[in-house]
Amino acid sequence: MKRLIIYRTLVIGGIVALLEVLCLTGVIDRITMQAPHRIVRDLYRMLVSGRMNSAIVKTLSNTVVALVLALSVGIVVGALVHRWRALRDTLDPLFATYYAVPVFAFYPFFIVVFGLGDLPQILIAFMLGVVAMIVNTLNGLDRVPAVLVKTARIMRLSPIDTALRVMLPAAGPYIVTGIKLAVAYAFIGVIGSEFIMSRGGIGYEISFAYTSFDNATMYPLIVLILLASVAVNAVLTRWEQRLLQRRGMRT
Amino acid sequence: MSGVAVVVADQGRPVPVEQVRLENVGKVFSVGHPPALLHALGPVDLRLERGEFFAVVGPSGCGKSTLLELIAGLTTPTEGTIAFEGRPIAGEAPEGIGVVFQEDASLPWLNVADNVAFGLRRLDLPASERDERVRNVLKLVGLSDFATSYPAQLSGGMRQRVCIARTLVMQPRLILLDEPFGALDQQTRLLMGDELLRLWRQTRATVFLITHALDEATMLADRIAVMSARPGRLIDFVETHWPRERDSRIVEHPEFGAITARLWKTLREESLKTIAQTSRDAEAAP
Amino acid sequence: MNAGGWSRVRNALVLITVLLLIWQGLYLWAGEVALASPLGTLRYTAKLVATEAFDAHLLDTLRAFTIAYALSVVIGLAVGFWLGFDRLSGDAFEPMIVAVYAIPKLTLYPILLLAFGLTLSAKVAFGVLHGVIPIILFTLAAVHNTKPILIKTGRVLKLTNFQMVRWILFPAAIPEIFTGLRVGFALTLIGSLLAEMFASQRGLGYLLMNGIGLHNVELIMSVTLIIVAFAASVSTLLLYVDHRLHRRG
Repeated sequence: MKRLIIYRTLVIGGIVALLEVLCLTGVIDRITMQAPHRIVRDLYRMLVSGRMNSAIVKTLSNTVVALVLALSVGIVVGALVHRWRALRDTLDPLFATYYAVPVFAFYPFFIVVFGLGDLPQILIAFMLGVVAMIVNTLNGLDRVPAVLVKTARIMRLSPIDTALRVMLPAAGPYIVTGIKLAVAYAFIGVIGSEFIMSRGGIGYEISFAYTSFDNATMYPLIVLILLASVAVNAVLTRWEQRLLQRRGMRT
Repeated sequence: MSGVAVVVADQGRPVPVEQVRLENVGKVFSVGHPPALLHALGPVDLRLERGEFFAVVGPSGCGKSTLLELIAGLTTPTEGTIAFEGRPIAGEAPEGIGVVFQEDASLPWLNVADNVAFGLRRLDLPASERDERVRNVLKLVGLSDFATSYPAQLSGGMRQRVCIARTLVMQPRLILLDEPFGALDQQTRLLMGDELLRLWRQTRATVFLITHALDEATMLADRIAVMSARPGRLIDFVETHWPRERDSRIVEHPEFGAITARLWKTLREESLKTIAQTSRDAEAAP
Repeated sequence: MNAGGWSRVRNALVLITVLLLIWQGLYLWAGEVALASPLGTLRYTAKLVATEAFDAHLLDTLRAFTIAYALSVVIGLAVGFWLGFDRLSGDAFEPMIVAVYAIPKLTLYPILLLAFGLTLSAKVAFGVLHGVIPIILFTLAAVHNTKPILIKTGRVLKLTNFQMVRWILFPAAIPEIFTGLRVGFALTLIGSLLAEMFASQRGLGYLLMNGIGLHNVELIMSVTLIIVAFAASVSTLLLYVDHRLHRRG
């Protein structure tokens, strides 16, 4: 395990070092990219100055709204679909092909219908995240061992009690997987939409910086997004693995 | 622990009280696309006495588990009636019955103590009494040292003990066990059998055990029924007349071999029928 | 097709019917200005597809996409096999590659634009960035999941590494690799489209964004319909092949 971390650090460090050298020697010119150390410095300065605070708040709030919607609708629909076979059979082709369809293709349509505000972005982010939540909730509920459901009946648990105290915890790890995916998708949805066309938010700032040839702003923001998405994903993955481990399930 | 409600006759010897009555019970399933009728069980007539240890043996697929699920109220009979303590079972698990399944039914997200306490929440007991019951039952099954461990950290036998403890803590008057030791190795099975007898004596509950192991049935039970091949019917009843204070060393008893032999004689025929049935089913399948 | 196959077709038809009904319902409720009806959209699409301008855009998208996918497959398979065989590298890099799924990759597009300029190469590179990842991951997994008995058989027959891959490992790994190729197809398409939506003067993605400025609802819905229909039908076809491969495997 240790060996892997060292190996990874060396490779990443090596790439960063290589970039640094290429930038400093001018092989990569300043119009294309700045040296990594400058990017880090600019990022620090930018965060400290608070210049991007409103953009960060905007992006975060839209992501959270989309995420909360995706999670709540996702779990409820997942539970409903699990219960009603007819509903499940009808929606099955949708779930199977959903992520092959470019959901962003609907963004222009939403803009034209709802105007250029927060709603189209939230809708796109919601659409991306909700199906991941539904599918994983379904998957988790499918894998609840039949013997646990029988146990709940023997103990004369009410249907609500069975759902909350047996089925949901039993499906727990898979639901956390759904949460992890929904978080990633919601973030991707919001940032991507801001990037393509919007009036504010981090994605918008990156896009604006690009068209303004403002590398000093653009690269730090890109690095910020990279770090944020990887960090959040890593935390959620740790949670997922811990759940699996506690139950002796293979990671 | 729940006492045995026994009617004491003049001579001071307890008169058996009927606890479970099955009359003309049958179960038919519809399986597959397009649905075909599968006659799984019946007709079955059975009476269980309060406090007795009753075992059912039979070839695989003969309907033993279906019988258990009918008594537990997990499924309804397509014909006949089932009564528990005089009241008909109507598709809902009656209060006072506990079930231990063959598969591991421990809840992996709770530790041992929380697992055992799981069913107690419905009873609205004060926390102190709840904790005391859990403690006592953990001592009874020998898991006191593992109260805070998680099922994933325990062996198969210990996890089954968690399930047994969880059942016992509810103080059931009837305990149904569906091949509870099936997944365990032989030595563990024998020791678990001893434990089961001890628990039976201490709780004074009625025990209904399904097993495919003849020696296990003979060793543990007061009465053994042999079930036929599908559709399962109870075709032979054997009484062991063992003393209540018994353990696995009963295998040394001279009658042990005779009883097991008698069971096998009936069972062997039914097992052969089941094999023939299985190959017919396999040929008929698309 | 067996009973299962027919029921899947039936389900798909029911779903499409329901979606069309919802669409029609929304149209009746929201009115002509906001939406186009299903029928209206279809008529517009028929007209649109006939125009030369549209064909040019379509070709642009297809060209970028095809090159991107071809590159994704080649690079993805190569890297996937390498990481699959080289345990140390595989264990080290696989989590990092998985983490890329969570990154809003569109934010990386400006870097590609700065590196390649506003050319086809940038679009292609972006598409490859999307499509190569699942191909690598699934190929890696396919190699890891190869049954050891197959490798032993190869050794007993004294095959060289290349022969082992060609005659034993690759055929055994095909179902899983195909799943990677299928997902890679979808993601490459998404990547290509996104690139066009952000910074392009040509292609279906550009058409979509152009429709916003012109407030041409019919155009937007039409192009969206074309994209969705194409993606959904190809995906269904690939899924069917995927199922067949896994069943025989």
